[in-house]
Amino acid sequence: MHRWDFASVLANTDALLVGAIGTLHIFAICLVLGLSLGLVVGLGRYARSRWLYWPATAFVEFFRNTPVLVQILWFYFALPILLPFSVSPLEAASLGISLNSAAFSAEIYRGGIQSIERGQWDGARAIGMNWAQAMRRIILPQALKRMMPALTNRAIEIFKMSTLASAVAYVELLQQGKLIASLNFNPIEAYTAVAVIFFVFLWPLVQFTYVLERRLAGDE
Amino acid sequence: MTILKVSGLAKRFAGQEVLRGIDLDVTKGERIAVLGASGSGKSTLLRCLNFMEMPDAGTVTLDGRTIGRRESELTLVRQRIGMVFQQFNLFPHMTALGNVMEGLRTVRRMPRDQAQARAGKELARVGLADKAANYPAHLSGGQKQRVAIARALAMDPELLLFDEPTSALDPELVGEVLGVIRSLAEEGRTMLLVTHELGFAYHVATRVIFLADGTIHEQGTPDEVLKHPKKERTQSFLARHKEFSL
Repeated sequence: MHRWDFASVLANTDALLVGAIGTLHIFAICLVLGLSLGLVVGLGRYARSRWLYWPATAFVEFFRNTPVLVQILWFYFALPILLPFSVSPLEAASLGISLNSAAFSAEIYRGGIQSIERGQWDGARAIGMNWAQAMRRIILPQALKRMMPALTNRAIEIFKMSTLASAVAYVELLQQGKLIASLNFNPIEAYTAVAVIFFVFLWPLVQFTYVLERRLAGDE
Repeated sequence: MTILKVSGLAKRFAGQEVLRGIDLDVTKGERIAVLGASGSGKSTLLRCLNFMEMPDAGTVTLDGRTIGRRESELTLVRQRIGMVFQQFNLFPHMTALGNVMEGLRTVRRMPRDQAQARAGKELARVGLADKAANYPAHLSGGQKQRVAIARALAMDPELLLFDEPTSALDPELVGEVLGVIRSLAEEGRTMLLVTHELGFAYHVATRVIFLADGTIHEQGTPDEVLKHPKKERTQSFLARHKEFSL
């Protein structure tokens, strides 16, 4: 029977704190990049012009059908050989996670925009709005509201995907957990601690999505 | 003075010819009621006039200028031709006042206080000054349609298109909307009205057009078309509606 001993983990609180900051750092980058690029790609997927539709579709298909971990390793190890600049662990991991999130959130945006009834476009165009004005003022505000639960789920996924950055030794929670485990020979406590920390961050966020879903359901 | 001239207008949907060669001149101050069975192309005709639908053939000329197909030109045209829909199409995330201000703010780039004053005036005109802060979800169908009319009026349109404005309303709410349209008629506004309210058409319109199979089958004064129709199809259409109105 294993004797649980978290003292060796608590002794490394500083390292875990550094990891937590690293996790939040890459999460913030990927959240902003992933969801905003996703909007651009999603609009491309919605567009009638084939010059917008096909590149956006190719992007979505490519990044939805390749593993994020492979992308991160590719950006870290392969890209610097092809191009004349080095790629840091943070950059490689952010690229992989952001592009993957963009591909998935693009489909959320497209679905949300398509769910707005045609009459809203009619109403907007009838007072002389062009496409961009109608999208910005009438369609997107309504669509975003409907997409909120799905986008929050995306955010939760991004948060968890950040652990993949440890594959290229980016300093985040899992990477620090690995380090603590290998230095103190306490993998059970170290990885349990990492899991608990993630739970503490994510549980409130998930509760928030439930509230959001209920409130939106009540609205419609 | 002719403000809108339509010639040879044609539109097909999925191989189905909905409009086949409509010619129509609209004179300033005219109030044209467009009648016809469902599927006769009434709504499509209206939607082609402000290019909500792109006509497949024919031209629409506004104040002597033939309208092209560029979006920048169409947005200008749509500001001059107001439209009111059967389903209101109010913006649910904006208050009644917000709905009426929206075109002034976003399209005309009018300063907020001016737009607000103007929108308030239009809401008062349709009798809804006290509902300015309400969201559409908290308005009755008749109130929603009056807000939609105010939204169209705020853009100072030279021509108003009403696409079955009372068809989605409970019977007891029809009167308040027709009342607003009647008051606009009395101001001398130019309008085209697709409607099933034959009595209203008779009393308010200056000309009645009867559409059948995508063409103008018969037209004339309300008295000529509604009381003494010459063509058989007009007669049978009216016979089917007589039990309700006139």
